[in-house]
Amino acid sequence: MDTVFDVERIRKDFPVLSRELPGGRPLVYLDSGNSSQKPFQVIETMREHLAVHYANVGRAMHVLGAESTEAYESAREKVAAFVGAPSRDEIVFTKNASEALNLVAYAFGNPINEDPRFTMGPGDEIVISEMEHHSNIVPWQLLARRTGATLRWFSVTDEGRLDLSDLDELVTERTKIVSIAHQSNVLGTVNPVARVLERVRQVGALMMLDASQSVPHKAVDVAALDVDFLAFTGHKAVGPSGIGVLWARAELLEAMPPFLGGGEMIEAVWMDRSTYAPAPHKFEAGTPPIVEAVGLGAAVDYLSSVGMDAIAAHERELTRYALEALGEVPGLRVVGPTDLEDRGGTVSFTLDGIHPHDVGQILDDEFGVAVRVGHHCARPLHLRFGIPATTRASFYLYNTPAEIDALVRGLHHVRKVFA
Amino acid sequence: MIAESMYQELILEHYKHPQGRGLRDPFDAEVHHVNPTCGDEITMRVRLGDGDKVEDVSYDGQGCSISQAAASVLHELATGSTVGETLAVVDEFTRLMQGRGQVEPDEDVLGDAVAFAGVAKFPARVKCALLAWMAYKDALARSAS
Ligand SMILES: Cc1ncc(COP(=O)(O)O)c(C=O)c1O
Repeated sequence: MDTVFDVERIRKDFPVLSRELPGGRPLVYLDSGNSSQKPFQVIETMREHLAVHYANVGRAMHVLGAESTEAYESAREKVAAFVGAPSRDEIVFTKNASEALNLVAYAFGNPINEDPRFTMGPGDEIVISEMEHHSNIVPWQLLARRTGATLRWFSVTDEGRLDLSDLDELVTERTKIVSIAHQSNVLGTVNPVARVLERVRQVGALMMLDASQSVPHKAVDVAALDVDFLAFTGHKAVGPSGIGVLWARAELLEAMPPFLGGGEMIEAVWMDRSTYAPAPHKFEAGTPPIVEAVGLGAAVDYLSSVGMDAIAAHERELTRYALEALGEVPGLRVVGPTDLEDRGGTVSFTLDGIHPHDVGQILDDEFGVAVRVGHHCARPLHLRFGIPATTRASFYLYNTPAEIDALVRGLHHVRKVFA
Repeated sequence: MIAESMYQELILEHYKHPQGRGLRDPFDAEVHHVNPTCGDEITMRVRLGDGDKVEDVSYDGQGCSISQAAASVLHELATGSTVGETLAVVDEFTRLMQGRGQVEPDEDVLGDAVAFAGVAKFPARVKCALLAWMAYKDALARSAS
């Protein structure tokens, strides 16, 4: 695991990276924060499951049913180990991070719930931050609307850091849940979980992390973080789309009411009531995304075989290189931290007088450079900075400094076109 | 390459030097339109005169070169023309934009707006080009009522 990080060898694992774009341009994929590419290890595992092991899980009394269930449940075990969960029963498969966040939001203020930690009504408070993805905003807005609770926000500083100056006024005895990004999908900022958590514990609230942008990029250990809930999504972690993960403490999963009702989530059903299966199955109504879960298992195996610390170190070097190179493009302003401290490989920026849509189009069309342009599902954050949109380059284990050079060459050309 | 051909000289010229930009009085109707996917926005006012004459189209907004240049070209084409004539341009422009690059534009109807023909090949950008034109159509409908 401690061998030198051989990015050229890693690139060979990702078939798409050797394709050409129309016109013979090479692909420069700098949009992994949006969704990552897939190694053949994941593609092959999924293909093989579909080809020779496929059947429904948990309810079929035959060889294929047993094999499919075994593969599905062993994916759960792999994911549990990958994020340091004490038990595989603390891993709930969802369809993405958004569903995992909604699942937790719907546990609050539900009349069928009995646990006081999950009651919610007028006077209760939910705390999120200005840097959240819409998936960690809208479920809480909806919860506040349903229950009459109040939604409160951490500010973001000009440097793109979580503003903790009013931590004690924001997180109080009225707070029931604090949900923030582990790492921002726009700024790259890694948030100070321990400092927030300390206050959350003082006031007896619960804490959730949206780890969609951290779990794919560095070693994340839920036991060490010590929070209550954590969500992430498979497709950003070299896994397939259609599969996400909620991790929660076993004791909380037990206390929470079910989210969706259906097959596989019950213990017994009468005409007037039902009892529920124990977690995690209580939260997995209906036939789950079987092949996608198996694919995610292969994805975390792949990432572990490369080594999460090695991946994080590689991305750190790329980020250092990018911040330096981008700093030399005239009129370019990075939105987010410009130092490497508590920062991941996502760099968003504006170019003076040139709209990100125009930047993205020229980069793609002339240089094969794929970046994301727009508000990246974080409109409140863009409003905070008084800008409608940014251009975002996001790096992963398969990116190289030469690709950042291509980005920078592209940006110089963009400036020429719109000068 | 293809995108470079989308950024016609005329479009870049209008983007860098927008014509008739800024909101003016008097006006008969004002509308505000946004493109939710990219945040482009425009506020537009129309002033109508006798005999269906479009006396002024004034606007303010923010967004990419395509959306902002479209507003500038629209201002030039519509001001001094008649409601009927400009609605014909709106229709032809919409047909062109929704044609996925397969529609032969009618240059006689479109005038300078023909420069946007290349945009139709980029589905993600069609809404940018249409923003000002849809706002204009809406403003006309409102000033008539
Ligand atoms: C920080 C963050 N949270 C949540 C999400 C939502 O992920 P998904 O669309 O897979 O639910 C994303 C990605 O889009 C993200 O970057």
